[in-house]
Formats: sequence, structure tokens, C-alpha cells
Amino acid sequence: MDVFLFFLFAAIAVGCAVNLVLQTHPISSAISLIGVMVSLAALYLLLGAEFIAAAQVIVYAGAIMVLFIFVIMLLNTGSEETEPVNALSRFLGLPLLLVMVGLLSVVMLDVAPPSQEVRFGSFTGGGAADVGLLLFTKYLLPFEATSVLILIAILGAVVLAMREVD
Amino acid sequence: MLPFVQGGVPISWYLILSAILFAIGASGFLIRRNIITVFMCIELMLNAVNLSFVTFSYMWRQVDGHIITFFVMVVAAAEAAVGLAIILTIFKNRGTLQIDRINSLKN
Repeated sequence: MDVFLFFLFAAIAVGCAVNLVLQTHPISSAISLIGVMVSLAALYLLLGAEFIAAAQVIVYAGAIMVLFIFVIMLLNTGSEETEPVNALSRFLGLPLLLVMVGLLSVVMLDVAPPSQEVRFGSFTGGGAADVGLLLFTKYLLPFEATSVLILIAILGAVVLAMREVD
Repeated sequence: MLPFVQGGVPISWYLILSAILFAIGASGFLIRRNIITVFMCIELMLNAVNLSFVTFSYMWRQVDGHIITFFVMVVAAAEAAVGLAIILTIFKNRGTLQIDRINSLKN
């Protein structure tokens, strides 16, 4: 069952990611990206990361993508104009992409222990209680630093939007 | 059929999936010409890296990777807010989202 679920959600994720890159209209790309994020949330659940799976759906697929779609619809620029592509890059692009995947996979296979397998339920340390405990003890300072980062981001967004109003 | 039903997934498959998603995001970053789509490809790459963080967290049976993933999400949210505000300003000043047309620093 683990293998079946992994392949199901991995296929959805890769298919949506390819669709994200190939679509010319930004709205289609955004909806494909939502598909990638939701299937990644399912994969996080299989890996025992319950809190991260919930945060993925709420923060990424919810908040961030709504912001993206909001901006796409606000600007309403339509499909992307296709530009003439260099012949060299047209023929070398896909092979070089495959080389990149191959190199990354070789490194990953070297790092991962071949005997260890992912089974649903064998690691249950990813609940909200465990993550929260670590977040407010060991990682308290980085957590506080992210609050300053969020404040700066809000100020930056407000300043940029105010310039637009003037 | 029995190992297919009962067996687990090798941990390297998750890492390879993460590598594939990262490569797709990187290629989209290079071939797309719309700023918003390029921005979404960056989000896809961040998601791919998050998947490998969570997988390594599973591998070592430690929650630290989840915390890093959480921080990446926070940074991505901040980045999306500021980046989309910049995109709005660019569109207001230039009237286009094609990155090839936004080349005033080139001359």
C-alpha cells in the first residue's frame, strides 16, 4: 500500500510540475502548482510529518497560492508571448535536464542507506506537539528571528504598494 | 504482488522524486518568460527541497528537518508577499510581465 500511495502522489506531483512548466497561461501554472503542493502534503503524511503536511496545505496551497492567483487575476495579462528559441538551447535543453536529474539522483542514492524503507506509521514524531516543543526550545532564537523577517516583509509590501497609490 | 502490498518504499525514491521536482523547477525558471510563472517555479524548487528535508528527517528519526521546512515556508511566504508587490510595481511602471522587455539595466 505504501508503494501504491507513493507512486500515485509522486505521479501527480511530477505530472503537475511538468504541466506547470509547459502551460503558457499563468493561471494554469498556478493551479498545477496547487496540485504539486497538495500531493506533496500527502507524501509528507506518508513520511510521518503531520504538522508539516497540515502547514503545507494551509500556508502554501492556501495562503501563498491565493496571493499568486489574486495577483494574476488583478494584472490579467493573458498568455505568455512565445519568443523565438535558440536552436542550440532547443536541442540541448532536455538532455542537459536529464543529466542534472541523473547527477542529483546519483548523489541522493549515495547518501541514502539502501536498506532503510519508509513505512507509514513507523515514525510518529512529526505531530504538532513534538514540532512545537522543539520550535520553542532549541529553535527559539530562529523562530523569533522569523517574526522580525515577517515584520520586515509586511513593511516592504506596504511601502511598495503605497508607492503605487501615489 | 505480496511485496507490492506489504513492502515499504526505499528512502532514496523520495530523494529522487525531490531531485526530479527540483530539476523541473529549475528548467521552468530558465525557459518561462512570464515573471509570475518564473516566481512559481522558484516556489516549486523550494517545495522540492522541503521534501528532501522531511525525508532526511524521517531517515534520522529527528524532528529538526520539519523545523527547517517550517522556516522555509515562512521565508517563502515573506518572499511571495514582497515579490508580488514588486511585480505589481513593475507592471504599473512598464505595462508588461515579459522578463525580456524589462532590461533597462542592460544599457
